[in-house]
Amino acid sequence: MSEELEKCSMVICSGDMDKVMAGFIIATTAASMGRDTTMFFTFWGLKAIQKGNLTGSSFFERMLGLMNRGGIDRIGPSRLNFGGMGRWLFKKMMRDKGVTSLPELRQTALDLGVKLLACQMSMDVMGVKREDLIDEVADVVGAATYCNLALQGKTMFI
Amino acid sequence: MSENVTPAMVLDLKGLLCPMPVVKLAGAIKKVDVGAIIEATATDPGVMADIPAWAKSTGNELIKMEREGKVITFWVKRIK
Repeated sequence: MSEELEKCSMVICSGDMDKVMAGFIIATTAASMGRDTTMFFTFWGLKAIQKGNLTGSSFFERMLGLMNRGGIDRIGPSRLNFGGMGRWLFKKMMRDKGVTSLPELRQTALDLGVKLLACQMSMDVMGVKREDLIDEVADVVGAATYCNLALQGKTMFI
Repeated sequence: MSENVTPAMVLDLKGLLCPMPVVKLAGAIKKVDVGAIIEATATDPGVMADIPAWAKSTGNELIKMEREGKVITFWVKRIK
């Protein structure tokens, strides 16, 4: 058994329910295996760590915020969403089977010490501000901060 | 298993699906002393592969795992 375990880092660039879910499942498991785990949310991935309020100040930013509203409860599956029906159906099917919900998974990740980082550049492009993100987000950073962590261990890209 | 082990903790993971059995076990193992044993029961067939993987990765010992119908029982010893 090595003294210092490798770190685990993940890039979440998707805001789809299925992909975000895979990310949180793997992150909580890696943390349960004693790995120092970090998730870096970029582009559409930001939706998973947004509070869910409307965002943006310029016209285009506000349009984007309206059409691409964030919030972990609002994100739908990458396929068969049918304007929200798919999201409802998957939530129901998962609940019936006893699968942990996405908000609970995110909370579990936080409880296990998984560090959530947000991408500064994506936020600037989309007009998402720090106060639009959940308070638990550890920091808003750039690629260099992420790479510094990623180079210390294994990286996954979702 | 010839030795008669007394678990320091009994964990009910029945009904939980991936990743929760591993997450709960990881939380529980920190609450028992090094050398102590946890007895756990689960119904997710995924634990058959996942608990050995967790034990290997964390350095804890999976003493035994048995399946009776849908219920899987396993004993894990905290090593470090």
